Amino acid sequence: MVDVPYDARADAPPAEVPEVELYHPRSWWTQYVFSQDAKVIAIQYSLTASAIGLVALVLSWLMRLQLGFPGTFSFIDASQYLQFITMHGMIMVIYLLTALFLGGFGNYLIPLMVGARDMVFPYVNMLSYWIYLLAVLVLASTFFVPGGPTGAGWTLYPPQAVLSGTPGQDWGIVLMLVSLILFIIGFTMGGLNYVVTVLQARTRGMTLMRMPLTVWGIFTATVMALLAFPALFVASVMMLFDRLLGTSFFMPALVEMGQQMKYGGGSPILFQHLFWFFGHPEVYIVALPAFGIVSDLISTHARKNIFGYRMMVWAIVGIGALSFVVWAHHMYVSGMHPKFGFFFATTTLIIAIPTAIKVYNWVLTLWRGDIHLTVPMLFALGFIITFVNGGLTGLFLGNVVVDVPLSDTMFVVAHFHMVMGVAPIMVVLGAIYHWYPKVTGRMLDDWMGKFHFWVTFLGAYLIFFPMHYIGLLGVPRRYHDIGDTSFIPSSTHTLNAFITVMALIVGFAQMVFLFNLVWSLFRGRPSGGNPWRATTLEWQTPETPPGHGNWGKELPVVYRWAYDYSVPGAAQDFIPQNQPRTTPAVQGAAP
Amino acid sequence: MSAIILFMAVIAVIAGWWLSQQRLTAKPWLEEGSIDDFPGTGAITLPAAKIGLGVFLAVAGSLFALFISAYSMRMNMADWRTMPVPSLLWFNTGVLVLSSVALQWAHIAALRNNMDGVIVGLCAGGASAVIFLIGQLLAWQQLRAAGYFVASNPANSFFYMMTAAHGLHLMGGLVALGRATAKVWRGAEMAQLRLSVELCTIYWHFLLLVWLVLLGLLTGWTDDFIDICRRLLT
Repeated sequence: MVDVPYDARADAPPAEVPEVELYHPRSWWTQYVFSQDAKVIAIQYSLTASAIGLVALVLSWLMRLQLGFPGTFSFIDASQYLQFITMHGMIMVIYLLTALFLGGFGNYLIPLMVGARDMVFPYVNMLSYWIYLLAVLVLASTFFVPGGPTGAGWTLYPPQAVLSGTPGQDWGIVLMLVSLILFIIGFTMGGLNYVVTVLQARTRGMTLMRMPLTVWGIFTATVMALLAFPALFVASVMMLFDRLLGTSFFMPALVEMGQQMKYGGGSPILFQHLFWFFGHPEVYIVALPAFGIVSDLISTHARKNIFGYRMMVWAIVGIGALSFVVWAHHMYVSGMHPKFGFFFATTTLIIAIPTAIKVYNWVLTLWRGDIHLTVPMLFALGFIITFVNGGLTGLFLGNVVVDVPLSDTMFVVAHFHMVMGVAPIMVVLGAIYHWYPKVTGRMLDDWMGKFHFWVTFLGAYLIFFPMHYIGLLGVPRRYHDIGDTSFIPSSTHTLNAFITVMALIVGFAQMVFLFNLVWSLFRGRPSGGNPWRATTLEWQTPETPPGHGNWGKELPVVYRWAYDYSVPGAAQDFIPQNQPRTTPAVQGAAP
Repeated sequence: MSAIILFMAVIAVIAGWWLSQQRLTAKPWLEEGSIDDFPGTGAITLPAAKIGLGVFLAVAGSLFALFISAYSMRMNMADWRTMPVPSLLWFNTGVLVLSSVALQWAHIAALRNNMDGVIVGLCAGGASAVIFLIGQLLAWQQLRAAGYFVASNPANSFFYMMTAAHGLHLMGGLVALGRATAKVWRGAEMAQLRLSVELCTIYWHFLLLVWLVLLGLLTGWTDDFIDICRRLLT
């Protein structure tokens, strides 16, 4: 067949997505600090989230030092240990992962990937970041207030979160709740932007079914977060009332230090319902963007179209909907009616179906692909394996009879660290290696990247596989010191020490990564506009890093889906989404 | 948790309906070419701000549905003592209805290019909303004077918390209304104003609806209804 130059204009009638009036910064401050440009806001979000995430990483080291070598570090007492647990969990889940996936990647990628100039409400978007920063500062300030941060555990269960036996009862818990409320307000502002931008600002030709799965993942996760975070908001407000005004929403009648407290009649279970109505969707709020991003990484670096794109989209939407009816599987030991337990176990296991579909599709995308073991690809592969591992133990814990004995052991800690700690972090890291060239115009160093990957990947398994095992032995979670307990063999202590050493090594590898980020910013190899030869729109910008307004004079027009890799007969092994057909389609012609 | 589940079901139906219009069964890998060959999948023609408001109403709606869920779970505990509702609330409700009507008036006036009607509507709507808020504060004061403090019973706590949440939302609405009025002041064109007025009107109607539901709940009017639902569910 002869390639006939094809008139793109014929394919793109003159109707255009109306041009938005962009806000143009007039000073250094409005360009780099109080910026309304989604790309700058994305970087601000990412840096803030990473900074507070580093604090949480150090806290995990301190916890591991105590668990691995109990009694050696006299500066870690039982109260502090609980405070470290609480802050580590809360920061990692909400202030790092949620903020990074939605505020960081969402802000950077949504406008670029759907072909928009910016978010639809840039001013609100800017406010979103500053309120998030305020929330982080309020949270961080609890380290310095009298009594320190709260030690109630990241779930903040009442009544103990409010009682004086829990560290941080004075200021810690109040500031934690205030910080969460601020976070939710800030997130809602950002979330409105992400959703409406996907709905309204897609460029011409970018139908929903042509969107990259990254956008689908972030979009669905944002919708879920907008609906789920109010539950945490309500729970936080009510607990704040209990703590400050003496109401009894959650607080039952209690005797503390021999004295009858003023509380009475409240229901701690009510808090658990509200918390987990947010808490379980939160798992998928973190996981869905990861699913989306990893699909794009795999497709790009295996030079193959994603297998079962439609199924991937349906699975994302299905998981999003199902995740709202599984929350009580976190409450099997709260004394619920067995029939409720049965219901929630069933819905929990049903969620495994769309999730398994996604895993099959990733593996089938890899099948006979032209796999390039680049650093992003390594992290993507690491994610798939880790997610399957963590997901399988999730099937154990989803069953009531298995969960009841394993609940509150290190098995649960190992499970959720695999599935919602290590797995999404693998994607975050892979995504940073993948998109760093677009953000900075330079490649990250490959050797350091591979070192970072292998130490992180193998190290994570050396940390969490033994942790499953000591959980099965019955080692409880949240204990400062397990001491000499008769049913726990003494070899557990050796294993604990081993886990601690591995945790320190994995932490060190992250320092190499941070060094790489800074070093490559100045010394990295210039990347050009599309170093991975990818199809999606963000790689087709006229400038790298993309300029203000992203697209120069004219918005791109989209002619195809996001996964035209290795198309037979094409000149290159990828066809960008905005490349028109070079040959007219011969439709309905006889063969 | 039945209130929030019900609310989520409604959202799911709306989302499902919208998704069903989006050709999710399309095979994008076969559909190379310009958008116009594949109808019905472009952006929604409504202005972005209106969609944004719709999404925000879903968020605020889920917030209030959660308050109601918590309320209906907590009210079954033994220590619940229903609180008398100050008659001032009926007056306040009337004022809020007036406020909504005034904004509807402004909205219709904006559609008819009647600037005077818009100004009257906006000012009347804003003023009556402020009166409503003052009335709510007075109702709080009456309750406190009668010894119904925030912590003395969970029914009281819910009353103060939910009215406060509603009031704060209304105050946020007043900021938007103030900005719309300021636009009039600066002599903005009717075309620019029309959307702002419409958005305020929608938000006001939403808050009126929320208030009516809360009032029904707090006065115990809906108790029978809740009871029937509960029996149906169990």
